[in-house]
Order: sequence, then structure tokens, then C-alpha cells
Amino acid sequence: MTFGYAHAGWRGPRSLAPPAPPLFLLQPLLARIARAVARRHPEMFARLGIHQTSRFVIEPIGLPFVLYLQPAPRNPILRALPRHARPVCEARIAAPFLQLLRMIDGEADGDAVFFARDLVVSGDTEAVVSLRNAIDDLDGSLAASVAGVFGPPGKLALALLSRRAKRQTA
Amino acid sequence: MSARPELVCPAGTPAALRDAVDAGADSVYCGFQNATNARNFPGLNFTAEELRTGVAYAHGRGAKVLLAINTFPPAGKFSLWRDAVDTGVALGVDAIIVADIGVASYAARTHPTQRLHLSVQASASSPEAIRYYCREFGVKRVVLPRILTVSEIKSIVSEIPCEIETFVFGNHGLMLEGRCSLTNYATGVSTNMDGVCSPAAQVRFEPAEGGALMSRLGDHAIDRFESGEKAGYPTICKGRYTTRCRQEPYYAFEEPVSLNLGPMLAELVRAGVNAFKIEGRQRSRAYVKRVVSAFRGGIDAVLEGREPNVGDLISLTEGQKQTEGAFKTKRWR
Amino acid sequence: MAGCVQLTLGPLLFHWPIEAKRDFYARIADEAPVDVVYLGEVVCSKRAPFSEPHYPEIAERLARAGKRVVFCSLAEVMLRRERQMTAELCALTDYEVEINDASGLAAIGGRPHRIGQFFNVYNEETLRHLVHNGATHFTLPAELPRDSVAILADAARACGVTLEVQAFGRTPLALSARCYHARAHGRVKDNCQFVCEEDPDGMVLSTLEGRDWLVINGVQTLSYPYLCLLDRIHGLQRIGVTHLRLLPHALDMIAVARLFRGVADGILEPAEAQTRLLASGAIPALTNGFCQS
Repeated sequence: MTFGYAHAGWRGPRSLAPPAPPLFLLQPLLARIARAVARRHPEMFARLGIHQTSRFVIEPIGLPFVLYLQPAPRNPILRALPRHARPVCEARIAAPFLQLLRMIDGEADGDAVFFARDLVVSGDTEAVVSLRNAIDDLDGSLAASVAGVFGPPGKLALALLSRRAKRQTA
Repeated sequence: MSARPELVCPAGTPAALRDAVDAGADSVYCGFQNATNARNFPGLNFTAEELRTGVAYAHGRGAKVLLAINTFPPAGKFSLWRDAVDTGVALGVDAIIVADIGVASYAARTHPTQRLHLSVQASASSPEAIRYYCREFGVKRVVLPRILTVSEIKSIVSEIPCEIETFVFGNHGLMLEGRCSLTNYATGVSTNMDGVCSPAAQVRFEPAEGGALMSRLGDHAIDRFESGEKAGYPTICKGRYTTRCRQEPYYAFEEPVSLNLGPMLAELVRAGVNAFKIEGRQRSRAYVKRVVSAFRGGIDAVLEGREPNVGDLISLTEGQKQTEGAFKTKRWR
Repeated sequence: MAGCVQLTLGPLLFHWPIEAKRDFYARIADEAPVDVVYLGEVVCSKRAPFSEPHYPEIAERLARAGKRVVFCSLAEVMLRRERQMTAELCALTDYEVEINDASGLAAIGGRPHRIGQFFNVYNEETLRHLVHNGATHFTLPAELPRDSVAILADAARACGVTLEVQAFGRTPLALSARCYHARAHGRVKDNCQFVCEEDPDGMVLSTLEGRDWLVINGVQTLSYPYLCLLDRIHGLQRIGVTHLRLLPHALDMIAVARLFRGVADGILEPAEAQTRLLASGAIPALTNGFCQS
């Protein structure tokens, strides 16, 4: 597993090339997740404050894509991009996929993952801290409830992603 | 032995408050979303409405809520702190944790029946200082700075008319709290007046060659962690510097490390400590759940005459290192 | 009252050999245009025994020269000897006392006293409470913004007390129970062997990128640049600050005091005074501190 993966600078060249076919299949799913979370947890946007318009790139180490997130309450954007994409963003968050899931679910502590050097943050640290705190105020398992929204296909997708991440980090 | 000691737990969000109560906190401390408390971080803390709900949740389960109003209002902005005190009282918090003499004076004068605790930010480290706050404002409990040995704490207990609270886990603050302007010097944002230490808005992490990570506060390099080296917070007092008498960069103040007094719980109870505080309102629910349940178990074990075992919390500590700091030995100083 | 701002020489924060200290205060007595001189150990109780036997003589000499002498209490009180030092200091009747920690407030028992810059006085409520406890003069924490200083000056005037701010010298930033001088030399506080004496203006810490940034003085941390408010003197006077504090450093403090006096009296232009101050070459860097606006 790589900790200090090579950044070519977090604000890299603009490239929003059309995603590869598997990502293309992911997009509607991610869009629905974003809308579902926004609908179910309107309170989290207050915690995001000015960072509702910040753009995040979340890099699950071990998966073949990165996630692009703009947590605007009216039109939340969550989409998958190929790893080589360098969209303009305010902050970039990289961690092994499982750790990301555990952090989102309130099972792992972000600071601890950072101390262990499993979490790499670059760009606007305040945006990252705001996002972390906003997500951390959500009760229960966000991932499981999101997966639940989609019924068996959602759960299957989550299980597949987890398995893939485990295989890659093993 | 004195009455059953209280386990005092951090809550940066309503969810963390509920988790802390569920994990066995006797009381939870929290603050409003502004400069009136010393963890005024983005996305953290409570609105008045959230605090109302939090108080109801805690009280419904036999836990208390302590409201931290523990920063120092600069002249011209006192009304924010005054409103925080009034709101806290109206919401029925069990105690207000104060540091500033002006805030203490206002609270004691306006709400004479409201219980007051003296924050660690007041840096009251002698019986005389503590007695001053008890005499002037009727303070019922003092949170001691993390600079005293257990035997020194024990002797303070016998000389003051109020309860004692000590930190048992979390950030290992090196500077006398409430007396530190390092963040202001580096960033123009004040820990005492704005409630922020190393504001995230001015923290940057930059990759450096060889997989290293550089942490910065404002324009200033704070530390550089080599590949695989455990990291700490980007705070000035945990930074690495060079100086004339040292060959290599070194941790001039303290290395990244957290306090863990799990192994000393029995000793602290015997010394007469009334409340044990877990630091970390800026940490996640995951941290709160794990540390609170560990210390719940530890304190219960001590009360039942068993050996306390808070288990392995090292993965949650800064730099993945823990210390008993000043509590264990004078050699820490 | 404009035009008669008083200059004070704050307490010596560093650990100088006693001979150097005696010579320093003898020259201050004879030559420095300061109105008030603060004596006493504020930073480290271990250093106090070196100076204590000499204070009566130093204080008398200063008083003979027309200086008002004030003795300062420790900024951090924890150990038995520190509690005792504070109690004894607060029992002084011949000289005024400046209190730098709440420990002293209990001991002073309502008698008139000063409040020092290590005591957190940030707002009028606090100021009024301490006036009620017997405080007659306040030196404000260095980080207070100018607008707050102005409001406090109004409150001070209304209460009939006077107000001082630091105008020269490295700015105190933090205090700890740990001795960082000892730590740098691989020791702890109890066996420090007074290694802080090697650095009469403190030990410089530089960042990993080589920028001189902080200064260690035993348990204390200060700014690397020297605060210099020569160009703010008139502004501070206008808002009601009555005293300006010069913190002692191992340089020609008489010359520093003269420059400040000259500017305060309108004889010297601030820019000219600052140029002369830097020309001595003794000061590595100047700052206007937290007063950035």
C-alpha cells in the first residue's frame, strides 16, 4: 500500500474526459446516492457552511476510479472519474477504500487514520474538516443506508467494492 | 474514597453526544458554533436548538451536559459570550465551564444558582488561584492543567473547597492553556479570543520528495514526516525545529503524542479526583465511542476493586504514541 | 493627558548573571528616561534565589534615581516554593506589586496592586472585577487588538486606573511547565543547570526551512522579532494608553528608552527613531506585533 502517493499537484490540468464504460454505469447510481443523502440529511449542509460549493476529489486507494463531490444542497454532484483525471477541486482526500467507508460510517476516526499516514489530504484543509464533521454528525451507517436505498443491487455493489478493495490492499 | 467519580466526555456534534451518553458518559461537554468555546472548528459544535435536544437526550438517560464557554471575550465583543451564558442557562445545562474572569463574573452575578466549572483555559494550577475563583464566583469544580503529578494533585485536593477534574485521555497540551498566543502569532487568529488552535483554513499538507509529508501553518513549516513515519497535528507546540545547540531538527516542545492515563486510574481515584475528562471534541464519533467505553470500563473496574484495563487505544493517539506525561513524573518537565 | 505617556521598563524575562543584572539596573537608574521599573522573576522560580539578595540594593538605587519600583509576581505558580514566593511578594509593603497569576490575587487580599501582561485581561468586565479586587494599573496581554485596547482604556479611565501595553521587545507568546531550554540540552527542569543563562535574549528556534521564528526562554516561548511600536506611540496615547512598556534585552536599553521618549515627546519622528534603532545592528528583526491594523 502506498502512503505518500505521488501528487502532480492537487490542482492539476483540467481534464474531464468521458469516463470509461464501467464508470459510465456507476454514474446514475452515484447521482442517486447524492440526492438520497441530501434528501434524508438536510441538516448536514448547515455544518458544511461555505464549503457547500467546495469541490472535493476523493480517491479510494485500491479502486480504479476517483470520486468527484460537490455537496451543494440543491444540486449535489457525486460522480466517478478515471484515476488519471485531474479536475479542478478545492481539496483532495485519499485513503484506502475500506478506511474511507469506515470513516464515513463513523467506525474509523479520521484523525487516527491521518496519524497512521493512511489518509492523505491536500488543498483546502478547512473544506475537508467541514466535510468530515458534517458526515460524522449523521447517525448510523451512511453506507449501509445508502446501499439500502437501492435494495439488493445496492448492497451487492457495496459488497463488490469492499471485496475488491480488500483484495487490493491485502 | 470520595463519591463515584464522573466520566466527562467530549461531543463535537449531536451524534457524538448521543454516542458518548450511550457509551457510558456521566456527563458530556460541548460548545456553541462560535468563538465562545475553545474548539471553534468548522462544521463542529451545537446550535441552541441542537443543544436543547442534546440536553433532553442526556437528561433522559441520567447524564449531564456541561457547556464550555471557555474563551476570552475581547472588549467590544462581550455580548456574544453573555448571550451564550444566558442561552446555556435557559436550556438547563448542568454546568457552564468558564475561563474568563469577566464571563465568570457575569454568570455568577446574573445566574447565581447556575453551577460553574473553571476551565483548564484559566490555568489555575495552585490552591490559591483555585480558591480565588471559588471565593469570587462560587466555582464548584476546577479542571486542572495537565502539568501536575498525581501527588501534587492529591495535595491540592486537601487545600481547596471544590471538586477536581483532570484529563485522562487525548491531546497532550504542552503550553499552559489560556496563556498561549502561538496560533495568533502564526496566523492572526487567536486561540483565546477566537477559540481556534491551528485553524484548518491555514493548515496545508504538502507532499515532499521521498513520500514525505510537509505540514504548514500559514507560511510556516511545522513538521515533515518521512514516508511511513507516524504523523501528528500541525500545531506549533508539536512542531520540529532547528536550534544552535542541536545537530538535527528536533521536537523543541513535544513530539506528537497523546495523553493516556488508563493505567493510572486507580491512583487518580485514590488521590481524590472527582471527574475524569476525555479530550477530543474535534474528533469523530468513532473516537468518542471507543475511548468513552474504554474508560467507562476502566473506572467501573476501579470502583469494583479490579485492575482497570482501558485496552489498546494507541491507534487513536497522535503520532500513534501515548504518554502519562506530567502525571507520572516530575522528569516530564 | 496627551503628551505625558510614561515609559516603563518591564521585568527582565531572561536569566542574566547577577553581575550583569546589577550593572544593567545601575545604568538604568542613572541614565534611562523611564518612569517605572519592574523587578522580580516572572518566568522561572528556580532563577529567583540568584537575584533576591540583591533586589533591596537595586530597588533602592532605582528609587533614589526617581524611578518608581514595582515587584512582579511569577506568571506560573504551581510548586510549593512558587506559592511561597508569591505569598511573600504580595506581603511587600515598601513597594508596589504586579500580579501575573490568580494565585497572587488571593494573597494580596484587596490591597492596591497592578495586574501584569501575563494575566488575562481581555475585556471591561474582567477589568472592572479586578479593580473591585484592588487593581490600580493594568498591563494588557500583547495579543489584544487595538480596538479592544481602546475600549479598555475608556473603561480604565472611568474606573480611575491606568493602562500599559508592551511597546518594545520580544513578545511573550506562551508558558509551559516544561523547560525547553533544559530539553534542548537533553536535560529536564530539575537538573537544568541554568543552561538558559547562555542565551541572554533567548534561544532561537528556526523552522525546517531555515526561518528564524520563535525564541525559547526556559518555560517561556517568545517571538523572534522584537516588537517595536515607535510608530504607534501617538495613536496609543490618543486612545488612552498611559504607559508604554519596554522589555529588557541585552542591548543598549538606554538608547532604546531615549528613542521612545524622543518620539513620545514629539522631538523625534518615529521613522527616524526606527532607523536609528536598526542602525545599532543589535536587533535582528522588528515587528509591529499583533497590532497589524
